Amino acid sequence: MVANAVQIRLSVNGESHDLEVEPRTLLVYALRDDIGLTGTNIGCDSSSCGACTVLVDGRSVKSCTMLAVQAEGAEITTIEGLAATSDGDGLHPMQQAFHEYHGLQCGYCTPGMILASVSLIDEYPDLDESGVREGLEGNLCRCTGYNNIVKAVLQVAGKEA
Amino acid sequence: MIPAAFDYIRATSAEEALAALTEHGDDAKLMAGGQSLIPLMRYRLVTPGVVVDIGNLDGDLRGISVNGDTVRIGALTRHTELEHSAELEATCPLLNHVASLVGDPAVRHRGTLGGSLAHADPASDLPAAVLALGATLVARGPGGEREIAASDFFTGFLESVLAPDEMLTEVRVPVTADGWNYQKFNRRAQDWAIVGVAVCRGGRGVSLVNMGPTPMRASAVEEAVAGGATAAEAAAHAADETDPPNDLNGDADYRSHLARVLTRRALEAAGFA
Ligand SMILES: Cc1cc2nc3c(=O)[nH]c(=O)nc-3n(C[C@H](O)[C@H](O)[C@H](O)COP(=O)(O)OP(=O)(O)OC[C@H]3O[C@@H](n4cnc5c(N)ncnc54)[C@H](O)[C@@H]3O)c2cc1C
Ligand code: FES
Ligand code: FES
Repeated sequence: MVANAVQIRLSVNGESHDLEVEPRTLLVYALRDDIGLTGTNIGCDSSSCGACTVLVDGRSVKSCTMLAVQAEGAEITTIEGLAATSDGDGLHPMQQAFHEYHGLQCGYCTPGMILASVSLIDEYPDLDESGVREGLEGNLCRCTGYNNIVKAVLQVAGKEA
Repeated sequence: MIPAAFDYIRATSAEEALAALTEHGDDAKLMAGGQSLIPLMRYRLVTPGVVVDIGNLDGDLRGISVNGDTVRIGALTRHTELEHSAELEATCPLLNHVASLVGDPAVRHRGTLGGSLAHADPASDLPAAVLALGATLVARGPGGEREIAASDFFTGFLESVLAPDEMLTEVRVPVTADGWNYQKFNRRAQDWAIVGVAVCRGGRGVSLVNMGPTPMRASAVEEAVAGGATAAEAAAHAADETDPPNDLNGDADYRSHLARVLTRRALEAAGFA
């Protein structure tokens, strides 16, 4: 144990977790290493790739640019818990659409991309194609060329591409 | 990278935050949204011994209200709240627009107006907006509150007149419903401005992003406009008395050229002949 570790309670995917973390622990490490939710990826050191995107009270946040201690009191949703936030017992509609439109190849950016997309269409319900492209500006994908991602998001937004 | 170790205090009131700053002096840093501070701490360019988290403070420190000719914005208002604010849309739409251009949605969900100003980055968008608007910033310290004109606030690269034991609490801008424009020039949507220009016709405010060590007013353009110059004539002075950086995105000459072109566009779009 480290000298200045603190006790925190994080609410993740509807479950409460009591953790002992150093204040400097970034949320993404608390999720991956302390809670064991490794669906949230780390892709950069500069807050610029979006692979670590989670929902904090329903809105996209880069979990590498938030301290675990800052997240106390908020509801965190990771890719593991997303499906349970939608009706029905299958995939979340955004996951389903990424699957149907082949919006992923290696899948590394996918958890962050899906959560950013869920937040995006909730925040901006009237997006067209260029709006989706700009809205996902903070999430980088090295594989797909984005086209199928954009199609998937537009489909869920009710704007079939 | 992971930040160097620090102690964490989650303030439950402005008074508690100020008391922590007084107690820990230079070793303490306020954290609002953390969207500038956490990256700096991860690179270990900043290594505070104590982080005082003000991100959850509410009340007067957060939100937007209009009182006569003045719009008052709590320092902890997040970029996303500025972007979607109906009050601002009616009274100061420049701020909706500029906030919507900051970083990406995830950054806007956390970053705050006060943090963006206190960070005093010459490449940031919101400092230019408050300069062009002729805003007044309100800071609170152990000795009480003081008002600071936006044009007196920025003193050097990432430096402002704020003392280590002071916090920004509020930003006041004059109601400016029309006659404004912001030009942000970058190559990819998420990027910082290579150069940016903000204009408010009413107060004849013109300001520049990334044209020197601080967010700055384009004084030579403002004087030319006040003297009756046309938009094209005034814009020719956009790079006067500036000191633009040379970096991967462009050299100083290129930035000077951009500043003149963008200033003309901004002046014309804001309704200057
Ligand atoms: C990927 C990425 C892209 C970005 N792109 C842009 C962009 O295009 N344009 C742009 O303008 N910005 C951009 N930003 C920066 C963003 O706007 C930050 O949110 C903002 O600069 C800082 O606000 P904050 O609340 O997060 O401050 P913090 O990071 O919490 O704090 C920043 C500094 O201000 C001090 N501080 C914070 N609040 C106060 C206060 N109330 N009183 C006194 N001091 C205070 C802190 O001590 C610290 O020194 C980007 C950031 C990231 C991570
Ligand atoms: S890992 Fe968080 S933005 Fe890249
Ligand atoms: S699918 Fe490989 S990075 Fe996006």
